[in-house]
Order: sequence, then C-alpha cells, then structure tokens
Amino acid sequence: MTAPRSPMAAPRSFVWSRRIFLTLLTGFVLLPVYVMLSSSLKPLEDVSGEFRWIPSGLTIRPYIDIWSTVPLAKYFVNSLIVAGAATVLSVAIAIFAAYGVSRYRFRGKRLFTVTVLSTQMFPGILFLLPLFLIYVNIGDATGIALFGSRLGLILTYLTFSLPFSIWMLIGYFESVPRDLDEAAMVDGCGPLGALFRVVVPAAVPGIVAVAVYAFMTAWGEVLFASVMTNDTTRTLAVGLQGYATQNDVYWNQVMAASLVVSVPVVAGFLLLQRYLVAGLTAGAVK
Amino acid sequence: MTVTAQPAVGKEAPPGAPAPTPRRRTGRVRRNVLPYLLLLPALLLELLVHLVPMVIGIVMSFKELTQFYIRDWGAAPWAAFDNYTVSVDFDAPIGKALLHSFFVTCAFTVLSVGLCWLLGTTAAVYMQENFRGRGFLRAVFLVPYALPVYAAVITWAFMFQRDNGLVNHVLHDQLGLTDSPSFWLIGDNSFVALLVVSVWKGWPFAFLIVMAGLQNIPRELYEAASIDGAGMLQQLRRITLPSLRPVNQVLVLVLFLWTFNDFNTPYVLFGRAAPEAADLISIHIYQSSFVTWNFGAGSAMSVLLLLFLLVVTGVYLVLTSRGRRAADA
Repeated sequence: MTAPRSPMAAPRSFVWSRRIFLTLLTGFVLLPVYVMLSSSLKPLEDVSGEFRWIPSGLTIRPYIDIWSTVPLAKYFVNSLIVAGAATVLSVAIAIFAAYGVSRYRFRGKRLFTVTVLSTQMFPGILFLLPLFLIYVNIGDATGIALFGSRLGLILTYLTFSLPFSIWMLIGYFESVPRDLDEAAMVDGCGPLGALFRVVVPAAVPGIVAVAVYAFMTAWGEVLFASVMTNDTTRTLAVGLQGYATQNDVYWNQVMAASLVVSVPVVAGFLLLQRYLVAGLTAGAVK
Repeated sequence: MTVTAQPAVGKEAPPGAPAPTPRRRTGRVRRNVLPYLLLLPALLLELLVHLVPMVIGIVMSFKELTQFYIRDWGAAPWAAFDNYTVSVDFDAPIGKALLHSFFVTCAFTVLSVGLCWLLGTTAAVYMQENFRGRGFLRAVFLVPYALPVYAAVITWAFMFQRDNGLVNHVLHDQLGLTDSPSFWLIGDNSFVALLVVSVWKGWPFAFLIVMAGLQNIPRELYEAASIDGAGMLQQLRRITLPSLRPVNQVLVLVLFLWTFNDFNTPYVLFGRAAPEAADLISIHIYQSSFVTWNFGAGSAMSVLLLLFLLVVTGVYLVLTSRGRRAADA
C-alpha cells in the first residue's frame, strides 16, 4: 500500500479479501454441481455407502440405466411439449399485448398493466386449487380431459409465463424508438405491418430473452406438474422422483438424470446470458 | 374480508371487460379500437387463467368443500366464514399449525432474503472492477439460477442424506464437529437445510440485479471521491450503497415475494409433508388441500395469504416511494 491510490488500482488488502470471498463463493456454488457430476459416474455401492470425494471406480452405467428405470424419454418429451407450447403461446400473445400497451393510449391501460404486474406476485397455490376444480368440472361436463392432459398443464403454465412475458416485452418495445414504426406506417404499413416488419425485428434479442426465460421457468416448474399430470403426461419435474423405490434410491441415476435434464437449459442460458441479463434487469433498474 | 364478492350462482364465469366490437366494418379499423384488439387474446387468457380462478377460489373459501364435492363443487354446502374462523382459531389444531407455518415462513423469508442480498451485493461490488477471470466467474455464479429447481434441489437432498450425504461426511467424518451423523431433512435441522438451499438458489438473482445497478453509477463519482481522499469503504458507504437504493427497493420486494411463496424448494427437498421446523406456508396449504382434502380451508388460507401479501406489498411500496421522494427532495 505504498503507491498512491488511483481509482483504478485497488489496494492489496482489497484484492486479497476479494480473492478469498470469491473463492469461497465459487466453492459453495459449484459444490452441488461437483456432487451431481461425480455421483452420476459412481457405481451404486459407492453412492449408497459413505460419501466419497473421489469415486472408487468410474462407470457410465447410470447414464444408460436412467432411460429404463423410469420412462425418462417420455418425461423429456412431455416437458419439451409443455414448456415449448407455453412459451410460444405466451410470447405470441404477449407480443400483441405489449405492442398495444407501448404504442397506444387507451382507457384501462393502467388497470391492465397493474393487473398483469400484480398477478405475478400471487402464489401459484392460489390458482392451483381453482384450476384443479375447473378442469375436473369441465372434464365431467364436456368430456374434454384438461385435468391430467398436456393442454391443461400448458394453460396452467400461462398463469406465470403470460404476465411475465407481457411485462418484459412492454419494456423492450418501449426501448424501440417510436419513429421507426411511425415511419413504416407513413410508408404505407398498417399497424400490424409496422409491428412485424419493424418493432419485432428490432426487439428480437428481447423476445429471445423472454422466450428463454419463460421456457426455463416452465422447465423447472414443480407445483402444477405434481398435481395436474398423470402417468402418461408426467413431466421431468415429477418423473425424477421415480428413481426412489421403496427399498433404495438410485442416487447415481438420480444425479445422472438431473444432469441430463439440466444440460439443455443451462447451455441455453449461458449462451443467451447477455440478452437475458439485460432483459431481466431492464425492468428492475429503470 | 371487507369485499365479499357475491358468488355467482351456477357455473357461468362472471363477465369480464366487454369485448369491444367495431361498429362499422369498413375495412379500416378505427384507431381507438385497435389497442383493445391487440390486447384481446391476452385479456381472454388472463381472464381464463387468473380472474376466473381467483373468483372461484374466493367462492370456494366460503364453502364446505371436501373430497365428496370435488365432482360438483357448486353443490358443496355453504360454510359462510367457517373456513376462515377455523383457519384463524389459533387455539385449535388447524389454526395453531397455520400460525406456526406463518411464523416459520416469515423467519425463513427474512433470513433467506437478507443472506441472498448480502451475498449478491458483496459479490457484485467485488466484481465491479475488471480482473482476470471475471467473465468466467460471472457465468459460474449464474449456474444455480439456470439449473432446473428440481435437479438442483434433489442434489442438495442427496448431500443432506444422513448416511451417505456429503454434509455429514464433512461435518462428522472429516472434521469431527458432531458426535454422530445428524438428520438434516427431518427435525429442527431441516430449517437450516432449507435456508442453505434457498440462499444457494436465490443469491445469483440479487447478484445479477445489483451488477446491473452498479453499471449505472457514473465513474466520475468514484474518481471525484478518490481525489477527495475517500477510501474504498467510504466510497461504498457514500456512493455505491446510496446509488443502489432504487434497485434494492425492487430487488428486495421481488425476492421477498418469491421466497415467501416458494413451493418448489421445500417440496423437492422434503416431499409432500415438510417437517414442522420447515413447514412453509405454500406447502402447508398444499398439504391442507391435496393431502387432507379440505379444499375449503385450503382456499381460505390462500385468500388470507393473498391479503397478507397485498397489505405487505402496499405498505412497502408506500414506504419506499415516500423514502424516495424524501431523498429526491
């Protein structure tokens, strides 16, 4: 600490405390990742006994067995369909709504945005019970099986993905200069033409961010999935519990399956990180 | 309850905002109708997934709704305020359990939000300046946020196993801190286990938001302070933290709502019935509804929870906006 401090050069003590803190934090963050990875490569005797930092022998057996112990592939497809459809549906609808809110003044605009914002704070459990009863009743009355079906689950996922998508896209669309779409309209585009030829292309990073985020949330959803699915429509969130039998838990397979279902979303997230972070924080920092 | 919605008899959903229809079908849509048309799909779906269920939820809370009436809940006997009086009768078992769960949730939320904020802010401040490996660390820190909840929490559940988990292996076998391997997923320790997992999963969000907030602080402020001889800690206290105030106000509210309503973490960690020490409110309501099949009481508890959240959020917003106005003045 002899050199005069410039705003750029941090004192040594600061650098050291930073190193220690960030190292500990990294350890805390990566500990489960290490356990997931190392345990997924252990033989069953190893994960059933005392924990070992270093596996006694490496095996890829769990990665083969996960597909037959439970119908993981089916759960995977179910999750993909449900999360994908909920994402597409909510983003598509949100694009129109957000365009309306960001470009027009109309009566009830404030009511709409406040409603959208506030439904985000409501606990999922609040909607779970009534939706459950509605689905059962619709099923009894019309024969349309919403309860237990993928369609029903997709609709319940809109309870969180729709308000979120609308809210984020309003922010994005407002950052697209109005002059752009007004110029397009002067050039003869209708409002929808302006939306799809100018606003949407300009907001692509934002739309991608919203879609990825909506997908991630749906992919990780547990509450609705645990009540609203049956044997054929079960998603990964519920299906992963199948590795626990009455006598034993196949922990190595649980870890292998956890890793397999995580890879797509983590990879997607890290790839699109920059957009996502910008999108997530835009609302909060403004 | 001051606003008692008169329940709609029959199965008709209450009419929402009347769908605006253009009077003249002359090719061109009148400009002031357009925003409503753009909003229409969203309005319809919001009605379907939010408004109607909420109204039904409120009606349900006034009914004696047990498993016998699931097929035809309209026929369930009217219970007036019974579900509410049972829920808040703190001397009887149901009310007592609810109150306990409420306090557990409050303690859990305060601790979890506090720790998430502290870790996130510290990490963000340490990473404000560039250094080697910063980009890599940033990506690493986002991993808990990106991992699907159930995959991450199942791994923690494995780590907290009594006989084959990492936690006991380190604490008991390697460090000898405990006399015998402890139970982490039942008994009083379960609160600690839940808190650790919740903080692990939640702090990266605080980190992200604070990082973004830090980018908006003009560097000149630090340079000026530095020239005036302010040390790092003083800069933190006088510049960084005050500048983060508006960001923190939103961040804390969002973290509070997420943590308070969290269902996924305790459910994956403990299963359908959480241990008493970690009996969070959303699990408690789930348990009352889908395990003991008392939907009426479950709905009443949901409505009470909603009212509580509305009041807390309202008070918080009023207080912080007042604080902000006072700071601006």
